[in-house]
Amino acid sequence: MTTAEAALDAVAPSRPPASQWRMALRRLLRKRIAASALCLILIFYGVGVLAPLIAPHSYDQIDLNHTFAGPSLRHPLGTDRLGRDVLSRVIWASRTTVVVTVATLVTGGLVLGVGLGLLAGYKGGGWDTITMRVGDVFLALPGLLMLIMISATLRPRWDGWMTHFYGWPIIGGTLKSGASDYFLVFGVLSLFSWVGMARVIRSQVFALRQTEYVQAAVAMGAGTGHVVWRHLLPNVSNLIVVVLSASLASVAGSEIALTWLGVGVRPPTPSFGQLLFDGAGLSNLRTHPNLLLVPAGVLVVLFLSFNLLGDAVNDVLNPRTG
Amino acid sequence: MQGLAPYVVRRLLWAIPVLFAVSVVTFALGRYGPGDPIQVRAPRADPQTIERIREHQGLNDPVPVQYMRWLGRFLRGDFGDSYRFPDRTVKSLILPRLKITIQLNVVALMVVFGLGIPLGVWAATRRGSWQDPLTIGTFLLFSAVPTVVAIPLLQWLFALKLGWFPATGWSGLLSKAAVLPIIALSVGGIAGVARFMRATTLEVLGQEFVRVARAKGLPESAVLRRHVSRNALLPMVTVIGLSLVGVLEGSFFVETLFGIPGIGAFVFQEVQGRDYDVLMAITLIIATAYIVANVVVDLSYAWIDPRIRLGESAAA
Repeated sequence: MTTAEAALDAVAPSRPPASQWRMALRRLLRKRIAASALCLILIFYGVGVLAPLIAPHSYDQIDLNHTFAGPSLRHPLGTDRLGRDVLSRVIWASRTTVVVTVATLVTGGLVLGVGLGLLAGYKGGGWDTITMRVGDVFLALPGLLMLIMISATLRPRWDGWMTHFYGWPIIGGTLKSGASDYFLVFGVLSLFSWVGMARVIRSQVFALRQTEYVQAAVAMGAGTGHVVWRHLLPNVSNLIVVVLSASLASVAGSEIALTWLGVGVRPPTPSFGQLLFDGAGLSNLRTHPNLLLVPAGVLVVLFLSFNLLGDAVNDVLNPRTG
Repeated sequence: MQGLAPYVVRRLLWAIPVLFAVSVVTFALGRYGPGDPIQVRAPRADPQTIERIREHQGLNDPVPVQYMRWLGRFLRGDFGDSYRFPDRTVKSLILPRLKITIQLNVVALMVVFGLGIPLGVWAATRRGSWQDPLTIGTFLLFSAVPTVVAIPLLQWLFALKLGWFPATGWSGLLSKAAVLPIIALSVGGIAGVARFMRATTLEVLGQEFVRVARAKGLPESAVLRRHVSRNALLPMVTVIGLSLVGVLEGSFFVETLFGIPGIGAFVFQEVQGRDYDVLMAITLIIATAYIVANVVVDLSYAWIDPRIRLGESAAA
C-alpha cells in the first residue's frame, strides 16, 4: 500500500458495511410477505443445490412397469410416461434453474453489467459512448427471438467444440453429462442481460464521480482501482442487489422458454421447460394433469416469490424509491 | 424552443445502425453459426458436388459480398430457399402465417390496454379499501406467471375441465377457438398494465391540481376522467414497447400449444427442423418490425410529451 493510500484509509475509515446490510435485511424481514417470499426462494435454491442428496430417485431412472403411476409412498407425486419419479425430476429441474440463474447473474449481471457500467460511468467519453450504444442495440432487439436464433444456430458448432474437452479430467465427464448445455444457455442469456445493470450502475457512478469524497480521493492520488473498490462499489452495491433481484424472474423464465422451444437444456438433463412441455401435451393433460400441475404449481409460487422479493428489495434498498 | 424535427431525424438515423447490426448478426448466425453451410445442408455429398454447389450458390465469394447479395435479395422480397419445403418460396411460407400472428397480436394488444387501463384506474380509486390487497395480489400473480406456464393451465381448466372453449385449433379470429389464445396472450400484459396504471394514477391523484379540481366542486368521476386519467395515461406510452415484445414472445408458445398456424408456431417447427434460411428471414422480418414499432412509439411519445425530446437534446 502506498503512503497516499494509507493516508486515505486513515482519513476515511471504512464504515462497517455489515450494519448497513443488516439494517436493510431487518427492514426487509419486517415485511411479512417479503420475508415469506425470501424464505420460499431460499428453500427452492437449497433444494436445487442439494438435489443429489434429497431426490429420492434419479431423474432418468426409467421404470416401464409403473408409467403414469399416481401418488404413492414410493413416488409421492407419481411417475411420468416413462415411469420416472416426478418429485425427483422436479427437484433436479430446480437444480437447472439454480445453476442457470446464478451463473447468468454472475456473468451477465455482475461481471459484464457492473464491469461495463463502471467502465462507462467512471471512464466516460468514448468508453461510455461505445458501451451505451451497444447496450441500446441489445435493447432494440426482440430478445427471445434473438436468443432462439443464437442458440439454434450455434448449437451444432458448440457441440463440436465441446467434444474436444470430453477427455479432460473433471470437467470432461461433467460436460458429457449435459453441462455443456448450461454453458451455452447462460452464455447467451448473459449476453442479453447485462444492459439494464450497466445502465443503472453507469448513471449512479456518473453522480458519484462528482462527489467531494471521490474528487478528494483522486486529488490525493488514489488509483482507479482504489476509487472503484473503496468508493464506487460500496455505494452502488445496494443498486446491484436491487437489479439482480429484479432480474431473477426474467432469467429463470428465459431458460425455461428456451428449453421448452428445444434450444435450451436438452434431455436427459431435466429442466422445468422440459417438464412443462411433457406435461402440456393434450393427451397427458386430459388423463394425467398432475404431470403439468406439479411443475406449474412450483413455478407459479417461485415466480410470484421472485416478483414479491424484487419489489420489496427495491422498496428497501433503492435510494430513489425508498 | 426545440422542434420535433431534430428528434425525429436523430431517432430515425439511430434505427439504421441497429438494423444493420441485426442483419449482420442474423446473416452470420444463419449462414456460419452451425458450421460450413454446405456441410450443414448436404453432409454426405462428394467433394465435386460440394464444389459445384459452392460455386453455384456463390459461397466462394468473400463473405461481405455474400452478405450484400443476401440482403439485396431480402430487400427485394426473395428470402432464400427452405430446406424443409423445397418446392415453396420462403415468402409464400411466411406471409400467410405472419398475417395470422399480426391479427392475433393486434387484438391481444387492444385487449391488454383496453382492460388494463380501466382496471388500473379502478384499483387506484380503491386504495386503502379491503379490495386493495386483493387486487394488487391478483395483478402481481398474473403478471408474474410466465406465458408458457399459464397456457397449459388455461387449456386444462377452461377447455378440458369446464369445456367452455376448444383446447386447440384455429378457424379465424372470430371463432370460439380464438378466445383462449387471446386470453393467454394478453393476461400477463393486462395485469402488468393495470399495475403500472394504478401506480401512475396514484401519483397523479396526489398532485395539487387534483385537489384544486375537487375543491372547486367537480364530481369525482369528472376529476378522474378529465384530470387524472389523461395525465396518468402519458407514461403509458412507454409501456407499449414492452407489451409489444411480451405479446410477440408469447406468440411462440400460444401458437404452438393452441395449434395456430402463425409465425410463432412456424419458428418452433423450423428450429426443430434446422431450416436456417427460413429462420434468418423470420428473424430479420420480426426484428425489423419490432425496431420500427419502437421508433413509432418513441416518436409518438415525443410528440405527446415535449419533455422527452427536450431531455434527449439536453443530455446529448
